[in-house]
Amino acid sequence: MAKEVTLLGFWASPFVFRVKVALQQKGVVDYEYIEEDIFNKSPRLLELNPVYKKVPVFIHGEKVVNESLIILEYIDETWQQNPLLPRDPYQRAMARFWAKYSEELMVKAFMALVLKGEAKEKNAKEFAEGLEKIEGEFKGKSGLLFAEGEGNIGYLELAFGWILYWLPVWEEAGSFQILDPQKFPVINEWSTKFVNHPLIKENLPARDRMLVYFRKLSEEFFTLFRA
Amino acid sequence: EMEGENEVKLHGMWASTYSKRVELALRVKGIPYEYIEEDLRNKSPLLLQYNSVYKKVPVLVHNGKPITESYIILEYIDETWQNGPRLLPQDPYQRAQIRFWASFIQQQLFGSFYKLISSNGEEQEKAVEEVFEKMNVLEKGMKELLPEGVPEVDGNNFGVLDILVTATFGPYKAHEEVFGLKVLDPEKYPLLFSWVQKLNEIPLVKGVLPPHDKLVALLQFIKQNDLKPSS
Repeated sequence: MAKEVTLLGFWASPFVFRVKVALQQKGVVDYEYIEEDIFNKSPRLLELNPVYKKVPVFIHGEKVVNESLIILEYIDETWQQNPLLPRDPYQRAMARFWAKYSEELMVKAFMALVLKGEAKEKNAKEFAEGLEKIEGEFKGKSGLLFAEGEGNIGYLELAFGWILYWLPVWEEAGSFQILDPQKFPVINEWSTKFVNHPLIKENLPARDRMLVYFRKLSEEFFTLFRA
Repeated sequence: EMEGENEVKLHGMWASTYSKRVELALRVKGIPYEYIEEDLRNKSPLLLQYNSVYKKVPVLVHNGKPITESYIILEYIDETWQNGPRLLPQDPYQRAQIRFWASFIQQQLFGSFYKLISSNGEEQEKAVEEVFEKMNVLEKGMKELLPEGVPEVDGNNFGVLDILVTATFGPYKAHEEVFGLKVLDPEKYPLLFSWVQKLNEIPLVKGVLPPHDKLVALLQFIKQNDLKPSS
């Protein structure tokens, strides 16, 4: 019998990771996960996400939802236990704001990973400046951010997850360094808590595997993906 | 929540499409607000304080708390003032679809608009192609989302997509006049075009969109200044 929920994903994707954790937190465990080869996209992926042709693609019955942050909101509204977003509209606006900001920063960090020379340095520098804003904003705000309920993971934390786990891998793979623990004490502390949270730990892709993958991406990005 | 306890201020700019989105939302909801016009060449200290990350308009200040990023402001308004017309439907899937297209308009469509007006020669020709491609995608997406065509809109029946389409395309005649390019082509994009015609007839919209001549003058000024080499 076909399952009610299907998730098209890719093991190394920080976006897919968000959805997996959200589903687990909501107790939606009996779903079909399909690993996509993003270098050789399936007809189904192209059909279900024709605009962006990317994972994650979230299928709930007849409904198809794309874009990971949008998927998180859909999941939060459909399965209301263990909320991802805070209830207060102002806090929700703050969570959405910083999540959006984080997505913009991710582009720069990724460019620092795959570009070389001056372009790499420029992106790394701009990324570092942006990251300082996050460090500054969340100084003094301890614990898990914007998550209601003891031990719950929040929307914003899932949005920031890439900084806390993927970024150190990208730094190593792409030979650039931003996350100096002296400059970013808040983020570094948060990182440690994050990767040790049981729900998170279970869903993080293995670091050594990621390193191999992102090293390759760093070297061959522009031949692997036509610009 | 009592009406009298709400202090709502909007820092905006008369020609800003993003600022207009928020004005439309406030008016649809019937929320009284104080409007503060910002001179973008000389931003107020208050604006810089409220939006220290982007330093941009619009900023909505509700009881002293600033909210920035126009789409986020729209959702904030809808969630905070639950009386009056809803800007978003209640159904999670419909909400997801609207958010998807709002994001598309912002990231993809506006992205290609900016490329268009900031490039020239061969690069600009490519940018034009890209704009038309994105418009195609949007037209197709709206056709699928609204299989019965555009529903009737008026001052009481005005949602987030209506707001985005109005703010983006409402002043299309001014854009055409200044940039000499017909983006909102009725033959290529009949649904979007007819939607904009409907929207532009509504008093709510007429009351918010910038005056045509004033906007043309500003866009001409911007266009002419960008042609000069930057120091």
